[in-house]
Amino acid sequence: MIKTLEITMTVNGAVYQRAVEPRLLLADFLRGELGLTGTHVGCEHGVCGACTVIVEGDSVRSCLMFAVQANGCRVETVEGLAASGEMNALQAAFHEHHALQCGFCTPGMLMTATDMLRKYPLENDDAIREGLSGNLCRCTGYEHIVAAVRAVKAKAAPRT
Amino acid sequence: MKPPAFDYVVADSVDMAVASLAKARGDAKIIAGGQSLVPMLNFRLLRPSILVDINRIGALAFIEEAGKNIRVGALTRHYQLETSPVIVRHLPVLACAMTHVAHLAIRNRGTIGGSLSHADPAAELPMIAMLLDAELNVASASGRRMIAARDFFLDALTVDLAEGDIVTEIVLPKLPPKTGWGFEEVARRSGDFALAAVAATLTVSAGAIVQARIALTGIGPTAARVGEAEALLIGHALEPGLTDRVTDAVRAAIEPDTDLHCSSDYRRHLAGVLVGRVLATAWRRAHEGTG
Repeated sequence: MIKTLEITMTVNGAVYQRAVEPRLLLADFLRGELGLTGTHVGCEHGVCGACTVIVEGDSVRSCLMFAVQANGCRVETVEGLAASGEMNALQAAFHEHHALQCGFCTPGMLMTATDMLRKYPLENDDAIREGLSGNLCRCTGYEHIVAAVRAVKAKAAPRT
Repeated sequence: MKPPAFDYVVADSVDMAVASLAKARGDAKIIAGGQSLVPMLNFRLLRPSILVDINRIGALAFIEEAGKNIRVGALTRHYQLETSPVIVRHLPVLACAMTHVAHLAIRNRGTIGGSLSHADPAAELPMIAMLLDAELNVASASGRRMIAARDFFLDALTVDLAEGDIVTEIVLPKLPPKTGWGFEEVARRSGDFALAAVAATLTVSAGAIVQARIALTGIGPTAARVGEAEALLIGHALEPGLTDRVTDAVRAAIEPDTDLHCSSDYRRHLAGVLVGRVLATAWRRAHEGTG
């Protein structure tokens, strides 16, 4: 008999306590236990990027991490991007540039883009494309997603 | 696509981790970054009774200079290896190779100890460990030992680790002075496993190569050095005829697999092309003095 473990997690600023089986994936914890269904589950083996969330400041595949491993951690999901009720700059750019059609990949794209904008200079489209290459989109053809990230980068860059 | 049930132990020290492994008698797995292990669990290719989580052992995550070596804790993430100023300065070939490993979200979690222990036949870190003549520190309940990377990789996904063993540290000698390096990889898509990848270092003195190292991955069950090709370079300046002979020697030494991504012949051809490129780059860098 596998025993459940008590965990505490801060997700988008709110503290949650739950008892979970060790094998519960972080993605399924967020969706099933917390009802945060913005995080999508695609391939369940770390290839499609749809379940990408941010744990302690780093983007991770939430299908490749167990909820128990995030015990005591700060987790950011797509729901946290518009915490004020207004879309943040990245979301607004996705909207403006038509960077989504069906929307399935969008939460993962947003969380990946959030982390890469923090960590990489993204000095050209090649760098943006490489950064997004771990996230699969089956409808947009990526052009508009690249354009949205490029627009955010341009706005954030100091004017010269 | 959901993992089988397991018990979960958080180890707060290496001693506790190896004690947990010993107690489980082969029925436990270490989880570090989990970027290879969790897919295998999700596919139910593995059914361990216990996962021993080493992510909270802070003492296993470090990069530090120690004389002629760089010591790297097994829990150090790929992203740290990619961006660490110490690695960028002393082992730029390692930092460069890390940019080819999967994607940021994977590099944020994946660890050096995990990648070396998993030993995917097309992974970058086993190749870099072979290239740089790294040594691995291995702990178990019965003690510690050092093993050379050269002796560590036995076969695809098979390394010289017993059931109770855990890699704790990797010791990587800094590149010697007047050493240039090169790294080239071809994959189907950015971040995919390599169809073939090659890394080389050339150390030059008085216009001639005095040390040459060539390592490949994706071309067989394990990453490999090609000693016979390296030997051809010693005592010479790099010139096109020599590069051709080295390339031929590499192609003759490897026996790549055919799979759904490409044929054995293509991989052999590609390996030769990449060897030519990395040697040219390494030769140029050795003269620029940029390491």
